Amino acid sequence: METPNLKQYQALSIEAAAVRRQEGAWQRVQRNWSVRIAGAMLAVLIAVALAAPWLGTVDPTLFDAGSRDLYPGRSGEITTLEGETVKHTFWMGSDSLGRDIYSRVIYGTRVSLIVGVLCALLALALGIVCGLASGYLRWLDGILMRVMDGLMAIPAILIAIALVALWRGSLATVVVAIAIPEIPRVTRLVRSLVLSIREEPYVEAAISLGTPTLKILFGHILPNCIAPLVVQGTFICAFSILVEAILSFLGVGLPPDIPTWGNVMAEGRQQFNDYPHNIFFPGVFLAVTVLAVNMLGDGLRDTLDPKMAKRL
Amino acid sequence: MLTFLARRLLATIPVLLVVAVLVFLMLRLTPGDPAAILAGDAASTEQIARIRASLGLDQPVIVQFGLWIGNVLSGDLGESFYYKTKVATLIGQRLEPTVSLAALTILLAVLVAVPLGAIAAWRFGGWFDRALMGFAVMGFSVPVFVLAYLLIWFVSLKLGWLPVQGYVRLSEGPLPWFRQLVLPSITLSVIYIALIARVTRASVLEALGEDYIRTARAKGLTEARVLVRHALANAAVPIVTVIGIGIALLIGGVVVTESVYAIPGLGRLTVDAVLARDFPTIQGVILFFSFVYVLINLLVDMSYLFFDPRIRY
Repeated sequence: METPNLKQYQALSIEAAAVRRQEGAWQRVQRNWSVRIAGAMLAVLIAVALAAPWLGTVDPTLFDAGSRDLYPGRSGEITTLEGETVKHTFWMGSDSLGRDIYSRVIYGTRVSLIVGVLCALLALALGIVCGLASGYLRWLDGILMRVMDGLMAIPAILIAIALVALWRGSLATVVVAIAIPEIPRVTRLVRSLVLSIREEPYVEAAISLGTPTLKILFGHILPNCIAPLVVQGTFICAFSILVEAILSFLGVGLPPDIPTWGNVMAEGRQQFNDYPHNIFFPGVFLAVTVLAVNMLGDGLRDTLDPKMAKRL
Repeated sequence: MLTFLARRLLATIPVLLVVAVLVFLMLRLTPGDPAAILAGDAASTEQIARIRASLGLDQPVIVQFGLWIGNVLSGDLGESFYYKTKVATLIGQRLEPTVSLAALTILLAVLVAVPLGAIAAWRFGGWFDRALMGFAVMGFSVPVFVLAYLLIWFVSLKLGWLPVQGYVRLSEGPLPWFRQLVLPSITLSVIYIALIARVTRASVLEALGEDYIRTARAKGLTEARVLVRHALANAAVPIVTVIGIGIALLIGGVVVTESVYAIPGLGRLTVDAVLARDFPTIQGVILFFSFVYVLINLLVDMSYLFFDPRIRY
C-alpha cells in the first residue's frame, strides 16, 4: 500500500475541521426555546448575584434583637456594623435572630451560583484527566475504571456528607466533596468518546506524524468531546446547587453565618409551623435556579448532542 | 444460567472491595486521631495509647485494613463513638422505617410513572407528553426538603388531613403506619417518578417505531393491547434498569426526607452520626447503603431474564 504523504494528511485534518464548522451548532443552540428561557432566567439570577449590595439589601449577617420573627413586608429596625440603628423593611420577613431574610436570600444567590459552577468545572477537569488517561493508556484503564465503579456504587450525597463531615465545612471542602462523586460519570463519558475518536483517521494521522501523546489527547481528541461535556457539566452544575443546599440544610455544609439558601432554610426549620416564609422564599429561589440550569442542560443536549437526546 | 449467576456474583466482589477500600480510606484521611476522639477530652496520653492499641490503630495501614475487612465480613461494623453500641445493632434497629419508606416510594413511583410515561410516548408531541416532560424537569429541580415542607404546610397544617411528623411501627397497626408514611413517600417519589417516566417514555417511543407494532395494529389489536403487550413489554429492560440506578437517588432522598419528617430510620442515623462526627457509624451506614445498592442492581440484572426472554446468558 502506498503511504499517503504529509500533504494528504493535512488535507484530511482540514476536512475534519471543516465538517465540524459546517454544523453551525451555535445557531441551533440559539434557536432552542429551552435554552432561550433558561438563559434569560440565569441572566437575571447572575445580575441579582452581582448587584446584591444595590438591591435594597443590608449586610446579610446583621441582626437586631428587636426585629426577630417578623412576617414578610413588616418594618423594623436593624443595627449596622457601626452600631447605628436604621429603619428597614423586611420584604421576606426576618429569622429568629432578627436577620433580614431578603438580604440573606439575595446574597445566597452568589454562593449557589459559585458552588454550582466551581463543582461542575472541578468534576469536569478531574473527569477529563481520568477519562483521557483511561481511554488512551490501556494499562491504566482496568484499575481506574474499577475505582470509578466503586465510587459510583456509593450514593453521591453520602460521599458528599461524609467528606464534609471529615474535613469540616468551608467553600473549598464543600465544592470538592460535591464534585468527587460526579467524577466517575465524566470519566466514563470521556473514556467512551476517546475510545471511538482514537480510531478516526485524523488521530491515526497525528499519531503517524509523531505528534506527542499529550498533544493528541488535548489538541485532537478533547476538542471533539466538548459538546457532550458541556451538556454533562450543566447537569452537574444543577445537581451541585441542590446538594450544596441539602448539605447546608442538614447542618453539615457551609458555616451557618454564611448566607446560603440551605442555611436560611436550616435556620427556619424549627419555627416552620409559625413562620413558613423562612423556608418558602429561599426554597423558591433554589427551585427556580436549579430549574433554569436543568432546562439549559436539556436544551443544550437536544441541540449539541443528538445521540444523547435520542437516548432520553 | 447458573454460570451467569456465578459470574455476575463474582463481578460484584471487586466493586464491593473498592467500596470498602474507599470507605476505609475516607476514615483514614480524617484530620483528628480516632483514639483521641473516642477517649474524650479528659483522657491522658497513656489512656489514648491504650485505646489506640486496642483498636489496632498502632498497626501499619495494610494490617489495619485487613483487620477491619475481616470484622466487616463477619458482620462486625465496629462500635459507635456516640451511641456506645455496635454499629450493626444500630443499623438493625433503624432498618424498618427506612425499608418501609423506600418500599412505599418505589411502589408509588412505578405505579404512577410507568403508565404516565407510556401514555406520553403513545401521544408523542401532544399536550400530555409536553406536560409530563415539563413536570419531569420540575421534578428534578424542586429540592426534596422544599417539597416536604410544602406538603406538610398544605396537607397537614392547613387541611389537617395527615399527621405532621414522626413514625409509627408497623406492629402498631398497618393504618397508622401507612398514614405516617403517605406524605414522606409522596415527597420522595417525585424525583423518582420524573426519572422513571422519562425513561419509560423514551423506551416505549422507541418500541412503538418497530415493525412488530405495525404488524400488531394491522392484525386489528386494540391500541391498549398494542401499547401494553407489545410496546411496554419490549420497553421493560431500560425501565427496570433505571429503577435500579435510581436507588442511589432514593438513598440520598431518604437521608433528607427522614430528617424533615422526623423518621427514626437509617437516613436520620446518617445525619446524626455526621453531626456527632461518629466515624464508625458513618462508615458502617455508607458501607451498608452501598452494599444494598450493588445488591439491588444485581437483582435488576437478573430480572432481565424474566423481562426479556431473548436474553440468554
